[in-house]
Amino acid sequence: MTSGTTTRALAGSVASDVLAAPRRRRAKPRKDRAGYLFLLPWFIGMLFTIIPFFASLYLAFTDYNLLNAPQWIGFGNFREMLDDPLLRQSLKVTFIYTFVSVPLSLVVALGVAMMLNRGIRGLSVYRAVFYLPSLLGGSVAIVLLWKYIFGFDGIVNGFLGWFGIDGPGWTTDPDYALTTLIILHIWTFGSPMVIFLAGLRQIPTMYYEAAATDGASRWRQFRSITLPLLSPIIFFNLIQSLISSFQTFTQGFIMSGGTGGPADSTIFYNLYLYQQGFSQFHMGYASAMAWVLLVIIAAFTALNFLAAKYWVFYDN
Amino acid sequence: MSIAPPARPATAPPRSEEDSFLERQGSTRRSRFTRHVILCVLGAVMMYPLLWMVSSSLKPSKDIFTDLSLWPSNWDFSNYPDGWTALEQPFTVYFVNSLVIVVLSIIGNLVSCSLAAYGFARLNFTGRKLFFALMLGTMMLPGHVLLVPQYIVFAKLDWINTYYPLLVPNFLATNAFYIFLMVQFMRSLPSELDDAARIDGCGPFRTFWSVIMPLCMPAFATTAIFTFISVWNEFFGPLIYLTDSELYTVPLALRQFIDSEGQSQWGQMFAMSFLSLAPVIGFFIAGQRYLVKGIATTGLK
Repeated sequence: MTSGTTTRALAGSVASDVLAAPRRRRAKPRKDRAGYLFLLPWFIGMLFTIIPFFASLYLAFTDYNLLNAPQWIGFGNFREMLDDPLLRQSLKVTFIYTFVSVPLSLVVALGVAMMLNRGIRGLSVYRAVFYLPSLLGGSVAIVLLWKYIFGFDGIVNGFLGWFGIDGPGWTTDPDYALTTLIILHIWTFGSPMVIFLAGLRQIPTMYYEAAATDGASRWRQFRSITLPLLSPIIFFNLIQSLISSFQTFTQGFIMSGGTGGPADSTIFYNLYLYQQGFSQFHMGYASAMAWVLLVIIAAFTALNFLAAKYWVFYDN
Repeated sequence: MSIAPPARPATAPPRSEEDSFLERQGSTRRSRFTRHVILCVLGAVMMYPLLWMVSSSLKPSKDIFTDLSLWPSNWDFSNYPDGWTALEQPFTVYFVNSLVIVVLSIIGNLVSCSLAAYGFARLNFTGRKLFFALMLGTMMLPGHVLLVPQYIVFAKLDWINTYYPLLVPNFLATNAFYIFLMVQFMRSLPSELDDAARIDGCGPFRTFWSVIMPLCMPAFATTAIFTFISVWNEFFGPLIYLTDSELYTVPLALRQFIDSEGQSQWGQMFAMSFLSLAPVIGFFIAGQRYLVKGIATTGLK
């Protein structure tokens, strides 16, 4: 990914791209026609993206319950959000979840990828075993399974019991419910691991040979060769994981039966958005929430791109 | 272990001297052994929940939380037939619904994304770069921003409680990820192919259909598998658009097991949960090399 396309890819700039698009209707129809024909479904699909994009921005400033026409209330929704304790709680839950589980799962992913990269027998079996959970992790079946594995009489506490530890009520105690879901997230470290593994294979071994000849320790090789050369991929994984984990929904919904409990400890932002929009039909408020999250995600992505200048190393 | 080792994946470069250096450097016999021990323990820990689910689905419900061993002391196969009919509709309905949605979504994604990808990768037209950047932008756009207006549009069209909201977007190339994947693949094909086809009198559509498409099968396979897994697991879309239990997909059905908090249904719940995961696991084993390749290419370029 070149930095040109990636900065463009920032969600916010999508809007400016659209606005800046020069309306050109000049004569090159023969050459252009084929291309436009192939893109026809995509163009229609873009209408389904761009129009809702701006419509939701409009709705964010209205009071709308799907039955009556939207009523313009200016910044009313945003003011209400400032005083909404449940909104603050949902932000807190989402932030804790993201900033604990994303770094942990990336560290595990990188560690395991490095162990697998040093030439090991049975690589494909290991890779399959570690990768499979990441395909299942978001499914209802697995979250249900998690609920009962960690449930009060579940196997986790049974296991802790062997060591004389009296396990907490993982899913019923507000202090632990989110931890259970963080563990579930770490369980799905396989997909960044596969990307790391592919990246590690592209680092020429001669760098390591040269470093080893010069007497660099393994730790030093990791810091001075692996980390810099892998940094674009670490960066990619970081952005991807952050964006997707800010939008966590199913895990909180299934774990709490849709309530965000116990004691609002699993009320993810998108779960609260769902409750506002689709249980209580506060469509205006839900749109405002969606835009706040969009701005948060865009800000974190932008921050990452800025920071990337200092730690991401591009070879070319 | 249920995961069959696949044939050597196509992505792995052939064993070269490069590999053997890393092997030599880090590989006294003892360190290799330690690594295997760590990886095996980790693998066992990760597989344990899945194995426990399978074993619990074969135990009578009262044993599930008392009998901790993976090997059931009392085998009980009745969870499967009982679970199949435990909810409002038999699971046949839910599985057929999920299958219909998945198959149509795969077709939609393959057709619409390959058309768009060919346009982006091989044709020249005014505004191509701009549209391509826009397409990449939508890849990062969080879907929930579009959610409310899209819901309103679908509600106005009277599409709530139908499969249209879940299917139509897939026929309109809204999955930028797959377009990107195919563009990357098509760009790696030599452009002489298009030139040769043109000299032989092929128009762009003929070139696409007869020359490029047959070569893109690996990218199509990756797209199909990814679509299968993500649509099969999809929960949010069906949750907001489907209200009638006859239309429910498998994940929506499974969720009913927690709503009806009957204590005796654990075994049945795990049996149906396992059946819901089985197709994903099957596709994973069959298509592992396409998955690994797909996720690696999109991540690296």
